[in-house]
Amino acid sequence: MNIFLQYILLGVAILVAYAVLALILIYVERKVCGFFQCRIGPNRVGPWGVFQSVADMVKILLKELVHIDKADHVLFRMASFFVIIGSICTFAALPFARGVQAIDFNVGIFYVLAVSSLGVVGILLAGWSSNSKYSMIGAMRSGAQLISYEISSGLSLMTIVVLSGTMQLSEIVEQQSDLWFIFRGHVPACIAFLCYLISGHAETNRGPFDMPEAESELTSGYHTEYSGIQFGFFYLAEYLNMFIVAAVASTMFLGGWQPLHIPGLDGFNAVMDFIPGIVWFLGKTFFCVFLALWIRWTFPRLRIDQLLSLEWKVLMPICLVNLLLMAVVVIW
Amino acid sequence: MIGTLIVFYILAAVIVVSSVLAVTSRRMLRAATFLLLVLISTAGLYLLLNYHFLAVVQLSVYAGGILILFIFAILLTSSRGDRTEAHDRQRMVWGIVTVVAGIGITTWVTLKHKFLYSDNPTIAGDQQIPVSRIGHALMGTDKYEYLLSFEALSILLLACMLGGILIARKR
Repeated sequence: MNIFLQYILLGVAILVAYAVLALILIYVERKVCGFFQCRIGPNRVGPWGVFQSVADMVKILLKELVHIDKADHVLFRMASFFVIIGSICTFAALPFARGVQAIDFNVGIFYVLAVSSLGVVGILLAGWSSNSKYSMIGAMRSGAQLISYEISSGLSLMTIVVLSGTMQLSEIVEQQSDLWFIFRGHVPACIAFLCYLISGHAETNRGPFDMPEAESELTSGYHTEYSGIQFGFFYLAEYLNMFIVAAVASTMFLGGWQPLHIPGLDGFNAVMDFIPGIVWFLGKTFFCVFLALWIRWTFPRLRIDQLLSLEWKVLMPICLVNLLLMAVVVIW
Repeated sequence: MIGTLIVFYILAAVIVVSSVLAVTSRRMLRAATFLLLVLISTAGLYLLLNYHFLAVVQLSVYAGGILILFIFAILLTSSRGDRTEAHDRQRMVWGIVTVVAGIGITTWVTLKHKFLYSDNPTIAGDQQIPVSRIGHALMGTDKYEYLLSFEALSILLLACMLGGILIARKR
């Protein structure tokens, strides 16, 4: 009985962390976006508007689930669950601090790549089943975009797997206790970090890569017809995917929950050890999230053909060459 | 142990129900989705056996690759409201006969077969095979290593890709 209780507590903890992080991310996005556009952002609900996203959450829970005429209802309802389950399964594998990790397979990073691909199925089903042109076009664009950019994000993560010699996330973080991989991996690690940030950003369907939901042409892409909590699922998954990409980037390249250590400076290292791991992890992750927001609110949207040729003609060849380069660095 | 059993029965129920739905559903995309559920639950069975590598490969190859290919193909070729023809009676009867025969043979073989470690099932399940060992086996040339088949498969895939490009190329 004890073990059942443990599993249930673990599940509840992951879901609560997921929801709370989503609220924080939505608030951060709106505030940062406001500052980039010389506005203040939300400022009415609570001090500095911090309870704005809580109010929005309550509102979205109370909304009606609209019945779509001539839609395929089974798939329409199922699609949002595919998206959110794929996202939660990925979220559960993140190492938050020493030992704070729900899933630690020996194929860890491969698992992360595999379950995150469930979201593509959900998006395609959502677009097809909602009986709307906008959704359909959005879903096709999104599917093409996600499966293309998965290649270069996978290849750039494999570069780090070559460097570390393991796929287990806890082991990868453990190996970075002396020096983070972005410093230890010389040039190839830096190239891989940049490639991962670009392709991860594209995988989360956010600007300048937000073709699937380009609001000026497609209303809002594959989730146009959704309402209430089902729209909320897509919304949550979008924000948490941004967090997950940032968290994977910080785990693989920036040392995860490991403090900043510089070999030789013992005093400095000891001081850094006093800051707990969760603070390091969240700090690095939110730094990467800030980079994503910065890019989103700075660059204009690409065209779909520019988007796909960027991946297939630029990013993927760079990643392949980079993988070879990393192999040379490791052997040498 | 009881928890494992419960999870197994849930997965088995999902597999059985969705595989029946996958062949009886007359809308192509629904059939593909139920097939996806079958494949994901199979990955769940592998997880239950503690074989994480196979589970993840199952997820990434089927859910991430083949099923998305199926869905794309269905989206591009069939229009909304397309339904496949209803199965006629003769095909139905033969299908049921084949299924019953298949269940019979599988059950007989499973009951007849002497499994390794069947007297102590915890021995083999507790150790995980590291990915590096799988990689060495895939790339090695010794006995029980698979470099030749790996390379043959990659040439086959290359030929498929060239064929696809040749067919799709605009003149």
